[in-house]
Amino acid sequence: MDYSQFLAMKQEIALLVVFLLVFLYDTFMPKSTQKALPGVATVLMLVATAAGFCCQCFGSSCATTAFAGMYETSAVIAAIKGILNVGVVIVLLQSISWANGEQMLMRRGEFYELLLVTLFGMYLMISARHFLLFIIGLESASLPLAAMVALDKNRYESHEAAVKYMLTAVFSSAIFMMGLSFVYGLTGSLYFEKIYFALTGQMSIMLVMALAFVIAGVGFKLSLVPFHLWTADVYQGAPTSVTSYLSVISKGAAAFAFLVILCQVFGSLYSQVWEWMLYALIILTITVGNLFAIRQRNMKRFLAFSSISQAGYIMLGVIAFNAMGMAAMMYYILVYIFSNLAAFGVIGAIEHATGKVSMDDYNGLYRTNPRLSVAMMLAMFSLAGIPPFAGFFSKFFIFTGAINQGSVAIYVLVLIALINTIVSLYYYLLVVKAMFISDEECQIPSFRSTCSERLGLWITVAGILALGIVSFFYSSLLELSEVSSMNMYFIG
Amino acid sequence: MDITLPLLILAIPLFMFLLLGLLGMKMSHKLAGTLGCLGMGTVLVLSYYTAFVYYFSGAPEFINAAGERLQYIVFDQSWLTLYKPLEIRLGFLLDPISAMMLIVIPTISFMVHLYSMGYMRDHHGVYEHGFQRFYAFLSLFSFSMLGLVVATNIFQMYIFWELVGASSYLLIGFYYTRPSAVSASKKAFIVTRFADLGFLIGILILSFYTKTFNFIEFTSVPVEGLANVSQVDLGTAEGIRNIFNTSAAPLFMGGSVLTWALVLIFMGGMGKSAMLPLHIWLPDAMEGPTPVSALIHAATMVVAGVYLVARLFPLYLMETTSLEIITVVGAITALYAAMVACTQIDIKRVLAFSTISQIAFMMVSLGVARPEFHEGLGYMASMFHLFTHAMFKALLFLGAGALIHAIGSNDYTAMHGLRKHMPITHWTFLIGCLAIAGIIPFSGFFSKDEILSSCLGYNWVAYVWMSFVAFLTAFYMFRLYYLIFWWKEHKTPEGHHAPHDQPWTMSFPLVFLAAVSCVAGFIPFGNFVSWNGHPYDFMAHFDWNVATVSLIVAVLGIGLATAMYRKENSLPEKFRQAVPALWTWCYHRFYWDELYQFITHKIIFGSICRPLAWFDRHIIDGTMDSFATVTNKASEAIKPLQSGQIQMYVWYYLIGALALGTITVICLI
Repeated sequence: MDYSQFLAMKQEIALLVVFLLVFLYDTFMPKSTQKALPGVATVLMLVATAAGFCCQCFGSSCATTAFAGMYETSAVIAAIKGILNVGVVIVLLQSISWANGEQMLMRRGEFYELLLVTLFGMYLMISARHFLLFIIGLESASLPLAAMVALDKNRYESHEAAVKYMLTAVFSSAIFMMGLSFVYGLTGSLYFEKIYFALTGQMSIMLVMALAFVIAGVGFKLSLVPFHLWTADVYQGAPTSVTSYLSVISKGAAAFAFLVILCQVFGSLYSQVWEWMLYALIILTITVGNLFAIRQRNMKRFLAFSSISQAGYIMLGVIAFNAMGMAAMMYYILVYIFSNLAAFGVIGAIEHATGKVSMDDYNGLYRTNPRLSVAMMLAMFSLAGIPPFAGFFSKFFIFTGAINQGSVAIYVLVLIALINTIVSLYYYLLVVKAMFISDEECQIPSFRSTCSERLGLWITVAGILALGIVSFFYSSLLELSEVSSMNMYFIG
Repeated sequence: MDITLPLLILAIPLFMFLLLGLLGMKMSHKLAGTLGCLGMGTVLVLSYYTAFVYYFSGAPEFINAAGERLQYIVFDQSWLTLYKPLEIRLGFLLDPISAMMLIVIPTISFMVHLYSMGYMRDHHGVYEHGFQRFYAFLSLFSFSMLGLVVATNIFQMYIFWELVGASSYLLIGFYYTRPSAVSASKKAFIVTRFADLGFLIGILILSFYTKTFNFIEFTSVPVEGLANVSQVDLGTAEGIRNIFNTSAAPLFMGGSVLTWALVLIFMGGMGKSAMLPLHIWLPDAMEGPTPVSALIHAATMVVAGVYLVARLFPLYLMETTSLEIITVVGAITALYAAMVACTQIDIKRVLAFSTISQIAFMMVSLGVARPEFHEGLGYMASMFHLFTHAMFKALLFLGAGALIHAIGSNDYTAMHGLRKHMPITHWTFLIGCLAIAGIIPFSGFFSKDEILSSCLGYNWVAYVWMSFVAFLTAFYMFRLYYLIFWWKEHKTPEGHHAPHDQPWTMSFPLVFLAAVSCVAGFIPFGNFVSWNGHPYDFMAHFDWNVATVSLIVAVLGIGLATAMYRKENSLPEKFRQAVPALWTWCYHRFYWDELYQFITHKIIFGSICRPLAWFDRHIIDGTMDSFATVTNKASEAIKPLQSGQIQMYVWYYLIGALALGTITVICLI
């Protein structure tokens, strides 16, 4: 065996090292130093992220495969992992004060270990070029999350959420694997590339059903409608840090993996089959997500539905089926990480300080906590896509990418998405209205959030302000996507 | 060239704007003003240096072996790719005219910063309310104006063009408690925005056919200049010319696409440069503080339209119809504004109309410039006049500011006989008047003389027309001068101080600008600026006849003004009675404002807007309301989906997956 293959897995190895260090710290360090664990984990993750970017800058950008073609990495894959890493660092930063709280005293380490394991699983999902490896990634990205959702042991909702998550995850895995078995039956291989070539020119009922099941299986992770029903209950029940992790990192990784599967495995079926499946799912996802979001009064539930409809926008980058769509999708994920984490940062800080999560409690927040309100407002503006904040540019690029696909149907789809942004503007502005315009006496007293929470908010707000204006981020992603578009089997 | 300096030239004013805008309220007035002046002073030094390097270093990227000046792109960062190859870039272009503007803008801006330290406080030395805000806006304006002139592409220019308009709006409405200032700022903004709509459409047409925004690719005139820019290949630039030359582009209402694009772009210039009929905002813009009028509405922003035409001049040359339109618009505006200026009694309005008239001079000069006559003398003359006019008109405005500051009124019937009380203001103002009237050796003589020469080269009608305007110019300026500084002075009301000269912060800019106005005419301007980068020997094209005539015309104008206004007498009244209709029309500015009022209120509001409002309220709002109602109903209807029961969730999941597959299969079969 050629051990140098392991060098291709630099980012995975870095993550594994972080995991082991955290694990060792948790297990062997004396009790008195345990309070530093969240900080240590954050710093280690930051170092791993920085190292990843350094490799990205100085390394070669050509694609490498390892382990008999089961594993692939390239500049664009490294970039999406880097984006996820940045998100994880912010999540960890925001979770420090929660993890040091009273009820987490004994389980502090578990959160970090489980989180890093799921991240590892997501890496494998992204890099896998063989379905066996993909399933290992998918499962290790799903099951530990159920344990994370249940971390809030004293709350009934937390348990309920964990059970719902677990059962849905198992069910979706079953459906997914059923689809895979169809594929295996048709092609006799689990390698992405071999399946692609075996499927070229093929068309059968079984294949369509297989594709539907595969989409349903991954659609669970992305919470596409109608595979989304777990989302709201789980987001509401889980501890806020876990919710924010679920809503951005898990979703971002799944979106990219979804793109890879659809393009690299089923690329030849694009215009006949999955373009239309995805078409229907996108319309359903955006619309239903919006319709539910309008009614929510609980902030976490509200963001759950908002994140469902955002997933629909992310899928626009997949249906575009071109390099620009891919770049726009990655950029969208990046921007979404910052905007959503800003919102969750505020919610987490308020929940941590006062235990309140209802939108009604936010009435008049500006008068008691002006800075948090401004951060929340920026997050809402960015999620709604108001210029000049980053969210506007990400929506703009993802629409442009989709339109570049060229067919009239896609124009209609983009139009529907645009109309939906108006609906989404309504409910995002509801929050802003509650904070700034409402005359009611604020239920939340003025408080000072902890240092780590503030740092996290500063970072996310800076991202919201800068990511759109500075052209570097998008243009470098576009460049990477164009380089790597060769092996994605895009048309044109 | 190193990019640090050019970046700093733009970054410092922007930083100052943010600093003073965000933290200004926490600073003392004096600190804020000093910081503003220091910032602008630094920019002044840096941009002088940059211009110096560009003109004099002789480096091969700036000037080629044949002595031609080249366009040099210091940096050009891609900002937003619309689609390949059309992208919006942000950059810094150095060429003869942008380097010249790098001298003009910081000079005037710095003088105004300094002057405002004295002007923006009352006689007891108390600073005005919003002093810091004033400096923040001045910095914003300087940033935008510098960004405009160094733009490498027309879209960047458009962005900064709008920023300039916005900062002008903010500064005109600086005294926002005065209703007149508020309505003036709105008027300026709306009129120029309306014009910019044409500009934007022009940009879109141009970029649609050329697939580029970059000036250098449109115009490609100093062809050697392109050699420095790796991303531009000559083939493209030539190809762009061919698009229009072979008239592959369709005709529209008798004009080629290029003509339409250029005329629409010129419409933007007409708005900013206050050409007829879009001039109505400029006289009202005098509601802003006087230093602002000097900076924005006399020296820099209002010449942006001229600059725009000059920037695209090679493109305009391809389609001379558009140049003729510019000439006609400019000539009519010049005469109109000069006639109106002869009758106004508000000192700033006279100067405003004089500005309109002088900018029209520059426009005419560009309009009549042709390479075949005197190697494009008009282009050079226009830029020269832009330069000299910026200096002497800023001087006149700052002088007027000093008078207003001392008297407390804009009306010059309240002034009279101030020459003894305010000697510095008097002498500098006189120099400004002599310069604008075109008396040798002051700077205006040289630039105006060249404009008249190029008009003569075009045709004699233009020459006679513009000479007459020059005569009127001399007349109304000296009418103003005599009415302010001569005549018998008013009695000072008791308890008031006699008017007196101002603190050094206000005097220094006056003296400096007066000195520049005395000597600027001797700058061999053709060596620095010409339409194709060739050094231009001015003396070889100097026409003694034209010079003599223009001098005589100016002296005649001054003589007439002296006869009528040197002392209080009955001549003006007799003149007024001799041509009552003409006088009334001029006094009321040919009723343009009333015409606009009529068109907007009676015609547009009444017959177009009211039905539209009905349509908006009932049809559009109705649609939106029902859209909202339907959304709400739908939201209510699908509520049971989210039952909270895991069995149902899995059930829907399964149905969803099966339906997805089944429906697709059915559709495929």
